[in-house]
Amino acid sequence: MSDQQVDNSKRRFLLVAASGAGAVAVAGVATPFIASFFPSERAKAAGAPAEVNISKLEPGQKIDVEWRGKPVWVVKRTPEMVANLPKNDPKLVDPQSKSSDQPAYCQNEGRSRKPDIWVAVGVCTHLGCSPTFRPELAPADLGPEWLGGFYCPCHGSKFDLAGRVFSGVPAPTNLVIPPHKFFGDGDSMLLIGEDQ
Amino acid sequence: MSKLQNVGQQVLDWVDDRFPLTATWKAHVSEYYAPKNFNFWYFFGSLALLVLVIQIVTGIFLTMNYKPDGSLIPGTNVSVAFASVEYIMRDVAGGWIIRYMHSTGASMFFVVVYLHMFRGLIYGSYQKPRELVWVFGTLVFLILMAEAFLGYLLPWGQMSFWGAQVIVNLFASIPVIGPDLSVFIRGDFVVSDATLNRFFALHVIAVPLVLLALVVAHLVALHEVGSNNPDGVEIKKLKDPKTGIPLDGIPFHPYYTVKDILGVAVFLVVFSLVVFFFPNVFGYFLEDNNFIPADPLKTPPHIAPVWYFTPFYAILRAVPSFLGTQVWGVLAMGAAVVVIAFLPWLDRSPVKSIRYRGPIYKTALVLFIIAFIGLGILGALPPTNLRTIVSQILSVVYFAFFFGMPWYSKMDKTLPVPERVTDSTLGRQMRFLALFALTLVLSAVFAWVI
Repeated sequence: MSDQQVDNSKRRFLLVAASGAGAVAVAGVATPFIASFFPSERAKAAGAPAEVNISKLEPGQKIDVEWRGKPVWVVKRTPEMVANLPKNDPKLVDPQSKSSDQPAYCQNEGRSRKPDIWVAVGVCTHLGCSPTFRPELAPADLGPEWLGGFYCPCHGSKFDLAGRVFSGVPAPTNLVIPPHKFFGDGDSMLLIGEDQ
Repeated sequence: MSKLQNVGQQVLDWVDDRFPLTATWKAHVSEYYAPKNFNFWYFFGSLALLVLVIQIVTGIFLTMNYKPDGSLIPGTNVSVAFASVEYIMRDVAGGWIIRYMHSTGASMFFVVVYLHMFRGLIYGSYQKPRELVWVFGTLVFLILMAEAFLGYLLPWGQMSFWGAQVIVNLFASIPVIGPDLSVFIRGDFVVSDATLNRFFALHVIAVPLVLLALVVAHLVALHEVGSNNPDGVEIKKLKDPKTGIPLDGIPFHPYYTVKDILGVAVFLVVFSLVVFFFPNVFGYFLEDNNFIPADPLKTPPHIAPVWYFTPFYAILRAVPSFLGTQVWGVLAMGAAVVVIAFLPWLDRSPVKSIRYRGPIYKTALVLFIIAFIGLGILGALPPTNLRTIVSQILSVVYFAFFFGMPWYSKMDKTLPVPERVTDSTLGRQMRFLALFALTLVLSAVFAWVI
C-alpha cells in the first residue's frame, strides 16, 4: 500500500476532462443520426413546378393540381363571387392579407393575379387538412350569411372564396397562395411554383 | 423427497449462487405482500401487462408480412404498404386474426389503462409515497399514446395519412422552430414514404423498448413502496411482530395470481367477442375511412382520431387561435396529459381513498368524469358551433378539476380512516353499479342530443 496522498483536485480535473471529451464524442456520433431525420437530397429535389391547362375551366369550377405533394386549387370565380368578396371583410381576421403568406402580386382583395382565376395551396393553415369547396350561397349547415368559400372538415375553420380566414375559427391565417404565372396562348396555361 | 426433486433443487441452488432467481421471485411474487382487500379495479394493472404481451407477440408476426412502403403499385392508387395489409388479411394463413388481435389490442390497451388510471385516481394511489409510481405510469400513458399514433400510420389508409398530417402539424404551430421541426419529424415537406419508414422503425423497436423500460420502472417503484388499496390504508404500518409481515397483507402468489386469472378469463371473453364478431366496433376501433388508400390530395369529409384520443382532441379543437398562432390549442392538449403527472402534488387531502373523502371532492370527481366522457364524445363528432361551446365548457371543467384541487381537496370534510382495511359491502357495490349504469345512459343521451 502506498501512503501517497490522494490528489483530489487532479482527480476532479481528470473527471471533468474525461466527461467533457465524452460529451463531445457523443455529440459527434449523434450528428449523422440526427441529420438522417432531415429530408434527403432526393426529397429536396422533388419540388419541380406544376403545369396545368386552364382553358377548359368553367366559371365556378375548381380543379386540384398536385404540387410538391400538396393539393393546389385553381378556381375560376364567377363575377358574382368576386363581387361578394368585400361583403365578408368585417368578419375576417386578416382581410388585407397583411400577416398571411402570398406573393406580393396577390396581396389584394381577391388574392389573385386575375380577378377570376384564383390559385391557392389547398391546405388549412391550422393543421394541414384539405378544406372542402362550398361555393353555394347560404347552405343549411354554414348559415344564411355564407357567400361561398371553403370549410375545413377537421376543425371547422372557414375561408371565403379568396382563401381569407373567418374570425373565431382555429386557423390563424389565410390560405397560402403559391407563386404562379400564366403563359401560353391567351394565358390558357398556368405554371404553379414559379413566377419569373 | 424424490431424486428428481433433489436434482431440481440442486440446479436451483446452482443458479441462485450466481443469479438472484429465487430472491427475485420471492421479492416480486411469492413474498410480495399486497393488501387483502383488492376489488375488481385491481384487475386492470395485470390486464395491461397481458395486453402488452399480446401486442408484442402479434406485432412481431405482423412485421413478417407488412411492408412499410408508401410507393404506389404501378397503374393503381394503392400503395405497397396498404396492399401488404390487405395481403395479411386475405392471403396469409391466420393473418386476419393476428391483425385483428393487434388492432383490438391497441384499443383494449387504452380501455384497461384508462380504468387502471381511474382506479389510481379514486383511491389516491398517487399520494405519498407512491408519487413516482404515478409519474412513471403517466409516462407509460404518454409513450403508449405515441406508440398508438405511430402504428396508426402504417396501414397507409386515408385516416392514417390525414391523422398523421394533423398531428405532425401540431408541432409546426410551435413558434420559430415549428415549421422546421415538422419537416424534421416527417423527413419530407409532406407526409410521405420517408415518414412511413421512420414511423415503422419507431413503432416496432424504439418506442416499445422505452415502453418496456418504463413498465419495469413502474413495477419496481410499486414493489418498493407497496400497493395501495381501496381504503387507502398503509398496510405496512401494522405488521405481525414475529414475522414482520403486514397484518392486512397476503402474498401476491398464489392469492392474486389466482384472482387475476379470473380477470384474464373475463377479459379474454370480451377480447374474443370483439376480434371474432365486430373487430371494427362500428368504426371506433378501426375507422371506415382507413379502408380507403391514402390520398394526399383529398381530406376525408369527416376526420376524427381513434376513440382513445378524442378527449384530448376535443380540447385541441376547443381552443381558438389568437395572436396569429394556433399554438394555444396544442399547448392545452399537451397540458391536459402532462397535468395528470402532477396529481400527487395537487392533491392536499389528508385521506387517500374516495371512501373517506367529503362531498366537495366527490362532486369534483363526478364533474371530471362528465367532462372527460363528454369531451371524448365531442372529439369523435364533426364540429358545430354548439359542440365547440360545449367542448370549451368541458375543457374548463377538465382543467378546473386539477388546478382547483389544491384548494378544494384541502377544505373538504373527510371521514376518519380506519386502522385496518375493510370489506367491500354490498351497498357499495350496488351504488357503484348504479353510477356506472347512469354514466352509460347519460353518455348515450349526451351523444344523441349533441
